[in-house]
Amino acid sequence: MRKIQCPITEEVRRTLKMGEQVALSGVIYTARDAAHKRLSEMIRKKEPLPFDLKDAVIYYVGPTQTPPNAVFGSAGPTTSSRMDSYTPELLDLGLGAMIGKGYRSPAVKEAICRNHAVYFVALGGAGAYLGQCVVKAECIAFEDLESEAIRRLEVVDLPVFVGIDCCGQDIYDE
Amino acid sequence: MREISVEKIREAVEKMCGEIAFVYPKDVLQRLEKGAQREDTPRAQGALQILLKNAEIARDKHIPICQDTGMAVVWLKIGQEVHFVEGSLQEAIQEGVRQAYRNQYLRNSVVDDPLFERKNTSDNTPAVIYTEIVDGDRVEIEVAAKGFGSENMSRIQMCKPAQGRQGVVDFVLETIRLAGPNACPPMVVGVGIGGTFDYAAVLAKKALLRPLDQRHAIEEYARLEEELLERANQLNIGPLGLKGKCSVLAVNIEHFPTHIAGMPVAVNINCHVLRHDKVVL
Ligand code: SF4
Repeated sequence: MRKIQCPITEEVRRTLKMGEQVALSGVIYTARDAAHKRLSEMIRKKEPLPFDLKDAVIYYVGPTQTPPNAVFGSAGPTTSSRMDSYTPELLDLGLGAMIGKGYRSPAVKEAICRNHAVYFVALGGAGAYLGQCVVKAECIAFEDLESEAIRRLEVVDLPVFVGIDCCGQDIYDE
Repeated sequence: MREISVEKIREAVEKMCGEIAFVYPKDVLQRLEKGAQREDTPRAQGALQILLKNAEIARDKHIPICQDTGMAVVWLKIGQEVHFVEGSLQEAIQEGVRQAYRNQYLRNSVVDDPLFERKNTSDNTPAVIYTEIVDGDRVEIEVAAKGFGSENMSRIQMCKPAQGRQGVVDFVLETIRLAGPNACPPMVVGVGIGGTFDYAAVLAKKALLRPLDQRHAIEEYARLEEELLERANQLNIGPLGLKGKCSVLAVNIEHFPTHIAGMPVAVNINCHVLRHDKVVL
């Protein structure tokens, strides 16, 4: 399995092909429905965002609470389509990749092509397994959103498939 | 008259909510294993192997199988000879849910107002509670934790009686196809036929509680369940939507008498993380 380092540069993104299984390591950020809504409001108000979007990887996940003495809880992907309306503007601002599950809208696919980004799909319902790939976690914004807060994660060998590659090829259209 | 302390109910709800998040029911695990043997592409195989490995990690390291630990649905069958004492039954159930989600570090996934504020209640309450009064002096409590990736893909249709069996087949298969990767396949499909608009949906949810190896008691419905399962697995959705043969683990149907003018059909989709348990007090 190919190993990919996050954040993911455009050069590397261009080499990823739909259907390929890869292992992600490095820094990624969690964000789902409520966090996307706030990010979008911050962009509209021209406020600085809680993390640098350039080449960044967002993981659509709302983990379980972290028990004492554990690094992280259960953390599998949530359904990506709920983020579709916010995604193109994030991609246009430099977001490099997203990790989730399920279909994306035509507008998201277009934005992926336009920016040579990539959409990864992870294994829905494999939260225990995927949560174990997190070696460090830190809440960096919107703590009041609890599970939906933005967290900076360091992951090692998080297994994902290339769902939509930078040419817009979609694993679910095959 | 038999007195039952609501504390017993609270304890039972807490215990079950706490346990189902970590361990798959045996019937689901068996079907996942069988599915893995049948898949022939490396990708579908690989996906099911990760799910099986995930089940092991969840059980051995006590980490929830899935991060969406669901909205709690509690079904009570209360014998009419039972008298609850020492507090409120409703509150005892909610307290059981609250403590399980807190003490087991599960995810709080419930918001108070569905439309406007959508503020997290921070303890996963309230649970949805269904009560039924039955004969006798016992109480049966069944707890389920429903994930919403799959719940969101559920549908209901007021079919015309003339659509008959074919109408049901078409609607169920269409719903499964539309659910696809969003519902975290392999799925378990609950179908409710008959009753009223609302009751068909309740029946569909109830159908998800029946063991996967137990077919409907009536031959014609049992055959329909088998046909739906077979055809659903020809849709080439595959584990996690990555294409393959293992798309649906079981189709369970519940039915109820209905009006001369109607045939409501509800399809409640569940992912492979089917969590439920029951006790009788
Ligand atoms: S649909 Fe099921 S497996 Fe998928 S995220 Fe929700 S609870 Fe987990």
